[in-house]
This record gives sequence, structure tokens and C-alpha cells, in this order.
Amino acid sequence: MSELKVPTMAEMMASGQQLDVLFWVGCAGSFDDRAKKITRAFVKILNKAEINFAVLGTEESCTGDPAKRAGNEFLFQMQAMGNIQVLNDYEIKHIVTTCPHCFNTLKNEYPELGGNYKVLHHTELLQDLINDGKLTIEGRTFKGKKITFHDPCYLGRANEVYEAPRNLIEKLDAELVEMKRCKSNGLCCGAGGAQMFKEAEKGNKEINVERTEEALEVKPDVVATGCPFCMTMMTDGVKLKNKEAEVKVYDLAELIAEANDL
Amino acid sequence: MNVSIIIFIVLVVVSLGLFTKNVRTIVRNIKLGKDLDRNDNKGRRFSLMARVALGQSKMVVKPTAGLLHIVVYAGFIIINIEVLEIILDGLTGKHRLFSPLGSLYTFLISSFEILALLVLTACVIFLIRRNVLRIKRFHSKEMTSWPKSDANLILITEVLLMSAFILMNAADTQLQNILCAHYTQVGEFPVSGMLVGMLVGMNESNLVLMERGLWWFHIIGIFAFLNYLPYSKHFHILLAFPNVFYSKLTPKGQLTNMDAVKKEVELMFDPNADPYAAPPEPVGEPERFGAKDVTDLTWKQLMDAYTCTECGRCTDVCPANITGKALSPRKILMDTRDRLVEVGKGIDKNGKDFNDNKSLLRNYITEEELLACTSCNACTEACPVNNDPLSIIVDLRRFLIMEESKAPTEWTGIFTNIENNGAPWQFAQADRLKWKDEV
Repeated sequence: MSELKVPTMAEMMASGQQLDVLFWVGCAGSFDDRAKKITRAFVKILNKAEINFAVLGTEESCTGDPAKRAGNEFLFQMQAMGNIQVLNDYEIKHIVTTCPHCFNTLKNEYPELGGNYKVLHHTELLQDLINDGKLTIEGRTFKGKKITFHDPCYLGRANEVYEAPRNLIEKLDAELVEMKRCKSNGLCCGAGGAQMFKEAEKGNKEINVERTEEALEVKPDVVATGCPFCMTMMTDGVKLKNKEAEVKVYDLAELIAEANDL
Repeated sequence: MNVSIIIFIVLVVVSLGLFTKNVRTIVRNIKLGKDLDRNDNKGRRFSLMARVALGQSKMVVKPTAGLLHIVVYAGFIIINIEVLEIILDGLTGKHRLFSPLGSLYTFLISSFEILALLVLTACVIFLIRRNVLRIKRFHSKEMTSWPKSDANLILITEVLLMSAFILMNAADTQLQNILCAHYTQVGEFPVSGMLVGMLVGMNESNLVLMERGLWWFHIIGIFAFLNYLPYSKHFHILLAFPNVFYSKLTPKGQLTNMDAVKKEVELMFDPNADPYAAPPEPVGEPERFGAKDVTDLTWKQLMDAYTCTECGRCTDVCPANITGKALSPRKILMDTRDRLVEVGKGIDKNGKDFNDNKSLLRNYITEEELLACTSCNACTEACPVNNDPLSIIVDLRRFLIMEESKAPTEWTGIFTNIENNGAPWQFAQADRLKWKDEV
């Protein structure tokens, strides 16, 4: 396997190279073991499509999303202003991220605080690359496989990105099967609003179990998603149901990297 | 002038006067909320109102309830043309004032009758759905006592009003048949016409008693219903329009950036700011971060609460509620409204500075409810009148966290981590790029 090419912004600046897009990795993508695989899969695709991208590396910091949703507006704005300083110093124009929470915050909540960027979710960028002919899906690994897509709330309802991920599934030659609640009616995985970081309140069921049951109802080979937190919740749900041998949970970047044997 | 005209005029004046007074109270209460500018993008707002409020586009997401609701709503509006004739009758004593319209008149009244029958049927189905089929969203914990009776009262009133209208026409037709002088010959109408047979043989004075009795019942019913609106979720028939007009237009995922916080954070980031400078003298009352009570919310959030129809579509799709947590977005709105009504009454009694040592937070909404929200926006997506219960939840959370420092321990942990190492988990910032070299 060839080594990943992951230049940092600092290196790009030093060598005076032009940048197509900044890849905002996010905390989960940087530190969570499962999400790191998504990060690497996405970078492999970017490398293969010869995209001039860079990451902030150690200069990246939490967007502040979980703090804001929990109610800690101070901490959110501290984080936001710090990040905006870094991004503006590098004169960043385009950002792509594999995390819908970072995506939403950067895209919608940073402009008022002085951070104006064109922000894409990675499924949108992947679709653009395919449309522009910069990326082709060669392998037929998922041909005929049943894939269901779990809409991350912060990608779907929050920002109305429903089609890009579905188009990618179709490009894989897979059979897209929809859950009972999908697109604008999609059911949350249970992680949003900073729930990821605390025990659920008292109830009679875990939200991720409810959602996993719904996914399993359509008997998929793969549950696809586009969010590192949905990934955790759905993976845990599938494990809890003892289905991890039959049903895999993947991010769309991983599916495309896999299909292209990257 | 005869006595009935005088009684009628008194009735009109009193009921309109009372209605105006109650509406003004509601407007005053809504204005207790904080300022918020929602006057941008007028064109987009009008088209949204046309689509969502007038066109009921979000109602028909649930086809059965949606279509029945359109029947009741269209019927309600169109039949009001007939109410105009009824009012003129009351004011002038002249029966069937519009009858010179001839065949158009027959067509109009016939359509009103058919609509009335449809409204009546729809309301009966609604009553069955609520009370016999017991659809789940009408029977959660916040839907007991008043909210439950309110819904049934509205439906029963509509059934009675529509029945009175049809029976009144039947008596009228029979009076025409026996050539009673006052009753203009306008012929039979399709629905009441089927009931005329039952009235054959009744004498004239009984028929007049029945016709007038139903006429008074119908018109008193309408005025009573009008004055019931301000105490009922049925007020949504008026507020749905401005409420949708003033909807949030930004993406659902976008929360407001608090201005008060922005000023302070900007100062902290300003390299020219003097770190030892005395803080500027606060002007007026110090601002509260987030919301503890209804007066900390914006007028739009308060309008949301008054517009809520208690349909429960929000609660029905709420992941927290589905999995048995205490949170119900509908209850958040109902609590906001109930507390606002309470505050309004307090102000009426004791003046503007009234304080009952109660607040929306805790006396109505518990921390447990607030902490269960995943901010997934399923509730805002489902609401047929574009209410935003999520914004209220977030504002109450802001108060908990920023004013009371009351966060679950895990959250205190992530705040510390984000502050110290720029991630919600305890990893060193220096390790951010380690993923690159792992396999």
C-alpha cells in the first residue's frame, strides 16, 4: 500500500503551493479509532483523484459544535473565533469535511463570526469528482449488494443534503434500500446535541437500538452513513443485535475506497 | 326596531368587544418576548405562508389527517360567506337577503350545505380517531385534562354548528312549502332537502320556532366559538399565518450566535484590548445568558407557543420521546404557552414588575427533559405551522450551562477537554495528525 500524502497547511504555505480545498478532519476523524479509518479512506480517494488538499494538523481545533448544542455558547464562540483566525490567516476559501457536525457549524454558524468559506460534506465533493470525471469507480465489489443509507441529521434535515450520498451508492452499482424513516423523516442515531458525550436520559430504549432495528428490517448487507458519530451509534447497535457478521457499517468514503481497491 | 334586532346587535358588540380584548392580551403577552428581526426576505416569507399555512403543505404529510383537515379548514372559511348573510339577517330582520342572486344563490347555499356535511363528517371522524381509535399522539402525558377536553370541545362545537345550519335550512324549506309569508321561495337545497320529509305535518309556529331557534343557536354558537378561540389551541386558525410568515429561514442546523457572548469573546480576541482595563459600565439590566423564563425568549418563540395546535406530530417523531424519555417537544411549547398565560395574568393583576418566584425552567420544564434532546430537528420538520421547539430547548440549556453551571459531569468533562486540548476527548493536540501514519 502506498503511503498517504497528507500535507499540512503550514507545509503548503512554506512551499508556496496552491490549494484546491482544505480537508477539515474533525476531532472524531483525528482521534476515534473507527473514524480514523474513514479519514484515511477519504484521503486515499483525494490522493487518487490528485486533489491538492491540505489539513491543518495540530492547528485544527474542535469547531465547538458539541459545546454549542450543550448550551455552552461561550466555549463555542471561543473555539470558533480561534479557528476562524487560523483559517483566515491561511486565506482558506474551500473546506471539505467528513463530519456533518463540523460541516454544519463551519458552513452555517461561522459566517456571522467572520468565517466565510464554501464548505462541502465529503459525499458532495465525491459526487462532484465523479461528475467531473476526476474519480471513477472501477471495482464492482458492491454490485447487487443491498445498501441502506442512514441520514445523519446534520447532513440531511439540518442542511438538506439527501441526494449526494444516495447517488454515490448508485454509482457503486449497489441496490439502495430505504428505511421506513429516511431523508427528511430520518430517525436520529442518538448522538446529536452532545448526547454522544453523556449517558442517555432515563427511558425504555436506546435511540441507536431503535434506529438499528429499523435498518435491520430492510435486511441490508451494508448500513452506509456519512458521519463518524452515526458510525459509532450504528456499529454499536449492530453489535448489540449480534449482526456484525452479516451487516457491516461503513462510511461512503470507505465504500468508494474499497470499490476502487485503495 | 324589534327586540330581536336589539338583542342581536348587543350580542355582536359584546362578543366582538370581548374577542378584541382577549386578542390584545395575547398580542401584549407575545410582545413580552425579546426583539428579533424577521422582516427580511418578504417575498420568500409570503410564498412560504402561501404554501405552508394557506396550502397546508405540511399537513398532508399525514394524508388522512391532512385531507380531513383541509375539508374542515376550507369548509370553515367558505361557509363564513353564509355567516355574512346570517349576520345581515340579524341586523335587518330581512330573511335570505342574498336570494335575488337567483340560481347563483341556490348554487352557493347548496355548496355550503355540501361543505357543511363534509365538515361534519370530518369532525366525527376526528372524534373517532381521538376517542375510539385512540391514536397514540393524542394520549401522551401532556394531553390530559384541559388539552384533551379542548380538542373534543372544538370538534363537538363544529358538529353542532354544522348540524344547526343544515337543520335550519330544512325547517326553512318546509316553511316555504307551506307558503309561510316571511320565508322567501328559494327552493330546496341538496342536504337539508333530504331532511324536509321528517318535518311534514309540523305546524307553522313550531317550524318557525325550530328555524329561529336553530338560527339563534347557530349565530350564538359562532360568537361563543369566536370567544373561545383565545383560550384554546384553536387560536391557531388565526396565528398559523403570521407564525409561518415569520418562520426561521436559515438552515435547520443553524443555531443563533448569541450577540452578548460575541461581544465578550471578540474583546478577548482583540490584540489591542487593554487586559487591565476596567470592564465597561453595564447599561440597564445585565443581560441573562439563555432563557430561564418566558420573558427571556423571543416574541417568535412565544408566538410559536400560542400557535401550537397540540397535534403532537413533533412528539411523534422525537427520538427521545420514541424511546421513552421525558422529553416531548409538544410539551415544551404547551408549557411555554401556559407559563406565558400565567405571567400575563400576573401582570394584569399586579403590574409589570410582578414576580411569583416561578419560572418556565423547573416549574414547568425539567432539566431531564432538556438534557434528552438530540437537536435532530425532527420536531421542527414535522410541525405543520413551522414551530421551533428546539430553539426553546437550546435557550433553556444555555441558561443551565452558562448561568447556573449545571451540566452533567460528562459534559463538564468535554468542556474542559475542548478548552484544554481542542477536542471533546482527552487527547493531546499534538497527536492530531497521528492517524496519517497508522494503518
